[in-house]
Amino acid sequence: MTMHEDALRLASSQGGWDRRTLLKTLGVGAVAMAGVPLLAGCTGGSAPASSGGAKTVSFGSGSSDEVPKAAYKAVTDAFEKKSGVKVSTNVVPHNDFQNKINTYLQGSPDDAFTWFAGYRMQYYADKGLLAPIDDVWEKIGGNYSGALKKASTGTDGKMYLVPNYNYPWGFFYRKSLWAEKGYQVPKTFDELTALSKKMQGDGLIPIEFADKDGWPAMGTFDYLNMRLNGYQFHMDLTAHKESWDQKKVSDVFDTWKALLPYQNPNALGMTWQDSAKNLGDKKSGMYLLGSFLTQQYTDKTVADDIDFFPFPEIAMEGQDAIEAPIDGLLLSKKGGQNPAAKDFLAYLGTPEGQDVYASVDSSNIATAKGADTSKFSPLNKKMAEAIANAKSISQFFDRDALPAMANNVMIPALQSFIKDGNVDVKNLEAQAKSLYAAQ
Amino acid sequence: MSTSSDTTTAGDRGTTRAPAGRVRRLSGRDKWVLGFMVGVPTLIQLVLVWIPTLLSAALSFTRWNGLSLTDIKSAGAANYQFIVNDYPPFWPAVQHNVLWLVFLALIATPLGLLLAILLDQNIRGTKIYQSIFFTPVMLSLALIGVIWQLFYNRDSGLLNFLLGTAGTPQAVDWFGDSSVNIWAALVAATWRHAGYVMILYLAGLKGVDPTLREAAQIDGANAVQTFFRVIFPAMRPVNVIIIVITVIESLRAFDIVYVINRGTNGLELISALVIQNLVGEGQVIGVGSALAVILLVISLVPITFYLSRAFGKDKEA
Repeated sequence: MTMHEDALRLASSQGGWDRRTLLKTLGVGAVAMAGVPLLAGCTGGSAPASSGGAKTVSFGSGSSDEVPKAAYKAVTDAFEKKSGVKVSTNVVPHNDFQNKINTYLQGSPDDAFTWFAGYRMQYYADKGLLAPIDDVWEKIGGNYSGALKKASTGTDGKMYLVPNYNYPWGFFYRKSLWAEKGYQVPKTFDELTALSKKMQGDGLIPIEFADKDGWPAMGTFDYLNMRLNGYQFHMDLTAHKESWDQKKVSDVFDTWKALLPYQNPNALGMTWQDSAKNLGDKKSGMYLLGSFLTQQYTDKTVADDIDFFPFPEIAMEGQDAIEAPIDGLLLSKKGGQNPAAKDFLAYLGTPEGQDVYASVDSSNIATAKGADTSKFSPLNKKMAEAIANAKSISQFFDRDALPAMANNVMIPALQSFIKDGNVDVKNLEAQAKSLYAAQ
Repeated sequence: MSTSSDTTTAGDRGTTRAPAGRVRRLSGRDKWVLGFMVGVPTLIQLVLVWIPTLLSAALSFTRWNGLSLTDIKSAGAANYQFIVNDYPPFWPAVQHNVLWLVFLALIATPLGLLLAILLDQNIRGTKIYQSIFFTPVMLSLALIGVIWQLFYNRDSGLLNFLLGTAGTPQAVDWFGDSSVNIWAALVAATWRHAGYVMILYLAGLKGVDPTLREAAQIDGANAVQTFFRVIFPAMRPVNVIIIVITVIESLRAFDIVYVINRGTNGLELISALVIQNLVGEGQVIGVGSALAVILLVISLVPITFYLSRAFGKDKEA
């Protein structure tokens, strides 16, 4: 196994050298190309019209699942028709795309590519691998809320992302069950625990929970953190501008302890799909997850019976912050020199472009104002409202934080917390220090 | 065996030829061919094994974000200190690897041997049994995951159903309960390892000279004595291979825990930590390389043992 890994690493380090030689070759090529029009100028012939700007855009897409893939196809087709620009799309399986983004961006990336907001966008922007698109935002800025704009901004204050859609995290529940038992949507944390207690008395698992895969518990952590310490603290903590070894962080876990007895005790052996089934079967009262949960309910009567409420307020900022990971498009450094690529991004930043996308993939919420909501289900409308009313949008822990922090540190830490209610914030800080230093 | 006989014949040829070609042993073309045949494997070995290993060792003393080569910063032994002092999954992983070794050595390997002996008795349908027991070795990762999910699932799995606890709060959470899941994984590992060991021992048993058995029986040994005093020692080459395979399998155990929960929550293994730190989103090249080096150093022990046995024996012969 190590050999295999070594081989992989060798390949990537060789990739680095390849890039240099490639750049050299490109440089030579560019000089040669530059010479051509000069020579052409000597002969007095007129340059062909196409030299005015490359009228093609290459588009790297990690949206490899069938529906999103078809949705992006519809967008590129519509854009081609509208602008006459040819878009060549390279679809890569999304895990590969995400895992190989380092080599991708350093090699020969496409002009535009699918990515998400958050730390990882800012990180690559800081490394100079992305092109700022402030000029695009001048055109489309009016289409977005302040929270979306904030989420699309790099650490240098420049704009980098054109949001396409997002999906909120919140509590989902079955309306019929709640109506039958007379449960009320909790507005505060105390109401939430009181409701949970009541549900437990009724023989339900109050809060459905699954964490075999490790990441779903981050949603609970994020919300407790944002409600206790505010959105900015969440951003600073995940960017490691704040220490983990402080009272604010241990308070999050202490508050969580009050919730833990009401969450499904078998969470560590369950996937979110298992939990979704429990909620659908009315074995549990509510479930804190992203709205992708609703895709699990293929039975229309169940799907129509699902409702949503935002995470109750605890200590700070009411319910101002919402966790709603944003997916959209970025420009690579190279793509920044292609005006057609900027046009493509601008197109996706319009209600028109997003409608085309949503007409194929309706499971997410379009981000641009004025996008067609007439086909939205009442649930989608509610979620879209919750996002529109939010003052700040967080991206989920594994997008806001260093991925190694999320994967290698938080997953084991949260799992052991779920197991026995213990967490060593000192150790979290020690690990964070070491991992962020390596970046 | 075959290599040693090859070298002796080659040596013989060399000595018989030597007087004739003393002045010029190799023609220019011979040198080319020889150079090519030695050079290509050396190059492949170098590129695929040695250079990556050395690079990996070198990277384990650095901090690197994997972006540009100029970002590589020296870190001294910081990565190793981090692993030993601050990385909570590391020591459980070491313990689990040791447990894995003990379990494979004491349960899985003897089980494989037992299967081999039983199937060597020329019972009816032995080919079918062999195939059945060997199948797990050939199955893909994804399939193994599905199969064991069917057994171990808390609410709908076969095991809890047989125990009569399925769907009740007493149901054992085979994958999620961190005090149980390592054993569940070990059973799954045994399921694969025993088949592997069985095939090797079956081949070994077939290779044992039947006259040995007859001689032992004539001397009045019973079946057990025959096996442990005569047959088993006669399979020494196979035994050495099995020991090495068992040790290596326990060190590179990975796939089963990975399909269960990616090697977290009670299923930490060094190999899973290496993957977690080197591949994909949680990439921390320095720490991952250091873990890989630690695993390599541990692996060198059984490899050295095997090589010294294998080549030491050749020399004796």
